[in-house]
Amino acid sequence: MTVGLSHYLTVAAILFTLGIFGIFLNRKNVIVILMSIELMLLAVNINLVAFSAFHGDLVGQIFAMIVLTVAAAEAAIGLALVVVYFRNRGTIDVAEIDLLKG
Amino acid sequence: MLSALFFYLFAIFLVGAGFMVIAAKNPVHAVLFLIFAFFNAAGLFVLLGAEFLAMILIVVYVGAVMVLFLFVVMMLDVDFAELRAGFLKYLPIGATIGLLLLVELILILSAWVTAPEITAQAPAPPAADISNTEALGLILYTRYVYLFEAAGLILLVAMIGAIVLTLHHKRDVKRQKVGRQVRRTRAESVELVEVESGRGLS
Repeated sequence: MTVGLSHYLTVAAILFTLGIFGIFLNRKNVIVILMSIELMLLAVNINLVAFSAFHGDLVGQIFAMIVLTVAAAEAAIGLALVVVYFRNRGTIDVAEIDLLKG
Repeated sequence: MLSALFFYLFAIFLVGAGFMVIAAKNPVHAVLFLIFAFFNAAGLFVLLGAEFLAMILIVVYVGAVMVLFLFVVMMLDVDFAELRAGFLKYLPIGATIGLLLLVELILILSAWVTAPEITAQAPAPPAADISNTEALGLILYTRYVYLFEAAGLILLVAMIGAIVLTLHHKRDVKRQKVGRQVRRTRAESVELVEVESGRGLS
């Protein structure tokens, strides 16, 4: 009952699917959509670190670190946009972001 | 044996917490479940021998990003019940696409092999010699220093962007104008008045 690479990859695959599922399920709530994206990025990081550990190659962990950085920047910008949008419209419903509709 | 036990523990909690993130009614609970998911992922990273990333995940993610999420969820006065109105309407298509994706991913995983001739870009030194943190630092600050600086630049741009987006001035609030203060001359700010004794100023 040794835990191999495929075990970690399966966990990451399930987590990524949950992220996709969350985006479909909460189509209106921007904050939950952002959290689903975080879940998907976490799944990607688990993949990278698992490959890095089982191949004995540290580059995977460097790449996971860069992914973490970009995810943090994305969360900050995304939440700033949510705050600005809420200030202007009084809601965070994604379906109502249609001001630029021609 | 013990590591297998912990793997299954962390993996089950991780998947359960991930499911609760998308299914929780209250978004504050969703954020707290996401924090729990990050803790379990950090546990998986420790099992994989990536201690530094595990600690980064807890310090940066739980400590900064998730607190930011919690802050925004609590700050915005949103009617979350109304936002969940179409929740069940999207369940069939979401479940279909999710299941298709999962089946595809598992098919890839079952048929996937590593090419025998590939070699490691930066072979991990044996754990007995140096720690994971030290080994990462040795290649991050040498071979990947440009990548590291690019990451710093991304964070700087994100910080400036978030400030520019959210900062707004109220019109009826008096603010300090440094330029005007510096440009003030003696002539326009000090006035000498000859006052007759006993009269006072009117």
